[in-house]
Amino acid sequence: MAEYEPVIGIEVHAELLTESKMFCDCSADFGGAPNSRTCPVCLGLPGSLPVANKKAVEYVVRTALALNCEISEQSIFHRKNYFYPDLPKNYQISQYDNPIGRNGWIDITVNGETKRIGIRRVHLEEDTAKLIHVGGDQSFIDYNRSGVPLMEIVSEADIRSADESREYLIRLRAILTYLAVNDGKMEEGSLRAEPNISLRPKGTEKFGTKTELKNLNSFRAVYRGLDYEIERQKHVLEEGGKIVQETRRWDDTHGVTASMRSKEFEQEYRYFPDPDLVPMHFTREFVEEQHRALPELPEAKKERLIRDYGLPPYDAEILTNTRAFADFYEEAVKAFNEPKTVSNWMMGDFTRLLNAAGMDIAESKVKPADLASMLKMISEGTISGKIAKSVFEEMFETGKPPEEIVKAKGLTQITSEAELHPIVDRVIAENPRIVEDFLGGKEKSFGFLVGQVMKYTQGRASPEVVNRLLRERLASSAK
Amino acid sequence: MALVALTAHELCSMLKARQVSCLEVTQAVLERISAVDGEVRAYVTVTADQALETARAVDEQIARGDEPGPLTGIPVAVKDNMCTQGILTTCSSRILYNFVPPYDATVVERLAKAGSVMVGKTNLDEFAMGSSTENSGLFTTHNPWNLTRVPGGSSGGSAAAVAADEAIVALGSDTGGSIRQPASFCGVVGLKPTYGRVSRYGLVAFASSLDQIGPITKDVTDAALLLQAIAGKDPLDSTSVDVPVPDYLSSLQNDVKGLRIGVPKEFFAQGVQPEIADAVWKSIELLGSLGADYREIPMPIMEYTLPTYYILAPAEASSNLARYDGVRYGLRSKHSPDVVTMLVKTRGEGFGAEVKQRIMIGTYALSAGYYDAYYLKAQKVRTLVRQAYDEAFKEFDVLISPTSPTVAFGIGERVDDPFQMKLADVCTIPVNLAGIPAISLTCGFHDGLPIGMQIMGKPFDEEALLRVAYTFEQNTDYRKRKPAL
Repeated sequence: MAEYEPVIGIEVHAELLTESKMFCDCSADFGGAPNSRTCPVCLGLPGSLPVANKKAVEYVVRTALALNCEISEQSIFHRKNYFYPDLPKNYQISQYDNPIGRNGWIDITVNGETKRIGIRRVHLEEDTAKLIHVGGDQSFIDYNRSGVPLMEIVSEADIRSADESREYLIRLRAILTYLAVNDGKMEEGSLRAEPNISLRPKGTEKFGTKTELKNLNSFRAVYRGLDYEIERQKHVLEEGGKIVQETRRWDDTHGVTASMRSKEFEQEYRYFPDPDLVPMHFTREFVEEQHRALPELPEAKKERLIRDYGLPPYDAEILTNTRAFADFYEEAVKAFNEPKTVSNWMMGDFTRLLNAAGMDIAESKVKPADLASMLKMISEGTISGKIAKSVFEEMFETGKPPEEIVKAKGLTQITSEAELHPIVDRVIAENPRIVEDFLGGKEKSFGFLVGQVMKYTQGRASPEVVNRLLRERLASSAK
Repeated sequence: MALVALTAHELCSMLKARQVSCLEVTQAVLERISAVDGEVRAYVTVTADQALETARAVDEQIARGDEPGPLTGIPVAVKDNMCTQGILTTCSSRILYNFVPPYDATVVERLAKAGSVMVGKTNLDEFAMGSSTENSGLFTTHNPWNLTRVPGGSSGGSAAAVAADEAIVALGSDTGGSIRQPASFCGVVGLKPTYGRVSRYGLVAFASSLDQIGPITKDVTDAALLLQAIAGKDPLDSTSVDVPVPDYLSSLQNDVKGLRIGVPKEFFAQGVQPEIADAVWKSIELLGSLGADYREIPMPIMEYTLPTYYILAPAEASSNLARYDGVRYGLRSKHSPDVVTMLVKTRGEGFGAEVKQRIMIGTYALSAGYYDAYYLKAQKVRTLVRQAYDEAFKEFDVLISPTSPTVAFGIGERVDDPFQMKLADVCTIPVNLAGIPAISLTCGFHDGLPIGMQIMGKPFDEEALLRVAYTFEQNTDYRKRKPAL
């Protein structure tokens, strides 16, 4: 039986973080009472006219540049005509054969191997309104989202697995968040991925029939959805069946995709240049200016972290997945110059707590300086590594600086010999058999004795000092 | 002379000199409307209460000694396809029979700022699609010169209102001749400015790349006055152009010496009545006797302008009119089991036959597989039309032609002959395709009906049009004739 190869291309819609909407002055912020952020333009009232949001255009140019695209010298808006109640003009202002950017790429790393994924086009359009079906024969429409600037990024069909898809999206999101053009929140729908996927016998060129997946609201869903769809298509083909060209919806709860609508007939959108808008001309000066305005992008930052901090590539990759995470890291390292220690804490305890809370680092109460001071307290022996874990948990919960927590709870490490001597003596006195074992050559018993000291000091005793004192005492009792 | 028969500039000086109050002028116009609009039927909505209120406020301003605006106290009529906050705006369509906009069109705002008093909204062919107002979804307007004739269209209501002294000045919109042709039929002045000269914000779109708002007035001076008030870049309209607005009144000079006039012979071909060709030629000769040079020129591309227009305008219209679906405003067909049925029924019941026909033509022209053959090809011809004008304006300052091939035709005469109906715009359509400005004014009479002469100019050179038209007006007395109502 033939071995199949998945062929995947991904269409991403990213809401832009502009203050106002794409073609009017209304606020583009998320939320608001239904229809409170509307005007004649985004309601499509008779006589209203669109005026393009300059900031949104700049954001798309910057994104296209960050994705290594060519910028069109002249780009125009087209009308995409179709009837739907969430579309107030019954056409969407979008772009057709003249997008702002095209022919770009990004590199992804999967299983240690780097692969280049082509970007076919990057264009600008307006979002639609939100339909709210209340059941029965009633529906409501909230136009607050109507006209919010939406950037569409279409990849080439260069992706070959669910793993690569996830990695592509993670790196793409990293770039968008670094540029601060999108908030990267897949769960809230401000970043939406719609992959299309087909299978073909390995070694052949011709594309198979594709399906498009919707409702993938997390990286995990993208991975699971594609994984499922690959298996489903494989099964259909192996049974001698045919793939139906259609849109399929991912059901996250049941872990399956289900048919939404057939796409066998090409939709007729009657695209034509929007006569209400003038063509956008991008001069070389403008493009260069936008290029200069680009911040350090994830790839560059990753390379720099490897170079400057001596981090392993794996650490650098993870740390640079969002700008906020990388920024946090660098700020913490600035205050506590042990790059790998900081990285371990961030990739370990910090990430675990963030994931458990379903939180973004930007929402976390922990400040980089506080993480740094805590790490400093460990290295200076003020607290033990074990205590630090619980200190950090409290920092995460309350946002309090570590000094305050340590002080309030009396968690400071005990290093004073005078304080530890009596406890060491007591442990030796209370465990004559263990002491005997140790003196008889059973080195393991030593650990037990240390543990006892720790128990009496609630873990605050400095392991170093305890070790030393114990060995001294035991040596003298052996004489 | 009755107050209502005066022009805006005459009334302005009287108002300034306090020989008359704004309230008196407004009342006079409202009385005139009551007296004759039953026959003329120019208005869809008369805003008497608001007008009187505004007039009183204007009088108070004048009494306080506030600096009056350039149109202070002048009653103005607005075509019912321009949005007026809180006032019904129907586009003479059943589909917008109850639409009250929450905002003012930029021109309406600018007219208010200039001190004018809006007295009402005038009838048009539904969504400005037509040449007679017979396509109005509400009623047909009658020509004040002969009530059995059409007033022209689509701004027939505005032209008839000005001709019948039911308004001192009016605004029209012109997509293929909709200001100039009715101005010609009603014996008034109609000016279509350069595309981009006047904001389209708030003008309910028919064909966005062709639509332009302009004045319909009793004389050329008023046209200059009104244009002055509405012209200029509007940040709300991306297609309005940031070219400085000159002082149009200062271009009103009785002098055409050395002016170069081109006479494109194709404009005298297709079905132009001989009496009209004669009258226009005589007028050109008159300008020649006043010192202008003129010469006939060929513009062969003009043969293709009508089909080009009837692809591009419907294509844009099919998209512009998609928003009338019964979901948010206007007519909503009742008793539909689902949203698609509601949409189909609403549009079926709400649009008239002409509008439906154009939506279908436009939808077809934009469809995949036909786009290149129709829409794209028409765009290419449009470029050629523009180039032909560019070439002509290298040699000439203005071009002159008839405005319409005929005088006003009878109501009902052409409703079954869409081709003849559309021929009414053959001389005006090329101007919209090229985006250039043109003015129409009376240059003679035939069968007791006015004949219109069209003067076309370079982009943003409305001054040349005004100067030629003003000179012609000063040296003839057609303007003094009034319809007997």
